[in-house]
Amino acid sequence: MSGSIESVGCQVVADQDRFADLAMPYMPALYSAALRMTRNPADAEDLVQETFLRAYRGFGSFEEGTNLKAWLYRILTNTYINQYRAKKRRPEESELEEAEDFYLFRRLGGLEAADANRTPETEFLERLPEAEVKEALEALPDQFRMAVILADIEGFSYKEIAEIMDVPVGTVMSRLHRGRRRLQKLLWNFAEARGLTPEPEPEPTGPSGG
Amino acid sequence: MQATGGDGGEASETMDCNEAIHELYSYLDGELTAWKRRAIARHLDDCPPCAQGYEFEMELRQVVVSRCRDEVPEGLRERIGRAIGEESGGSTPT
Repeated sequence: MSGSIESVGCQVVADQDRFADLAMPYMPALYSAALRMTRNPADAEDLVQETFLRAYRGFGSFEEGTNLKAWLYRILTNTYINQYRAKKRRPEESELEEAEDFYLFRRLGGLEAADANRTPETEFLERLPEAEVKEALEALPDQFRMAVILADIEGFSYKEIAEIMDVPVGTVMSRLHRGRRRLQKLLWNFAEARGLTPEPEPEPTGPSGG
Repeated sequence: MQATGGDGGEASETMDCNEAIHELYSYLDGELTAWKRRAIARHLDDCPPCAQGYEFEMELRQVVVSRCRDEVPEGLRERIGRAIGEESGGSTPT
């Protein structure tokens, strides 16, 4: 019989240890995702703590062998939607019009001509500062941002993202596609505003001013 | 008329630039069949602008990943450990 206080206590500690072993390694990734979503370190800490608490409470029903990482992100996503999104709707979230495919690459002069020696694209990427990338990602509307984080940063499959966000796979693909295009446009706009875009090609025939 | 190409590896589906661009994300996301991936690989072999475009998109993704890592704040781990300990009646996990 597992009635004694001692054995219940042991069981609790064992559960905690097992939960810590399995779930805690995901904390850095979850924290980064939380920070991108809340855009605020204090809220991100609270969101991660709440995620772990809920995960711990539900850990008994978690089935060994299923995808723990996806399960944690699902809890994070739901917690964010329920507790933070309503609270802090930011009207200045990007209202960009759609960008075309390969937006950045085209702006950098790619797809026009094959030139083995061309380097502006790579240089542009290497010079992109951390702050610009984070800022661009954080300017995406919620649903697009979450999809892009889950796919591009965390490497979840469409099917996993559909389960995490509780939407059909087609919706995931559409959010990803639109989110990535917008992200490219935002990256370009931010980089341009800070003088990080390559010098434009000189005009072949310059107007003789005046 | 139909092209019959044995194992499907050589049976070529020809792919143009528009289709290659259209399939870009499915390809990068690992969501395409092997057959479709081979068709794209063949197109990229023959089309340097598309190949450079694909390479750019892959590098961009790497850049986004590498720029979006954040240090877990001092104390968050302990704070969560304590919260879980309190949740289950006071015993703190090690």
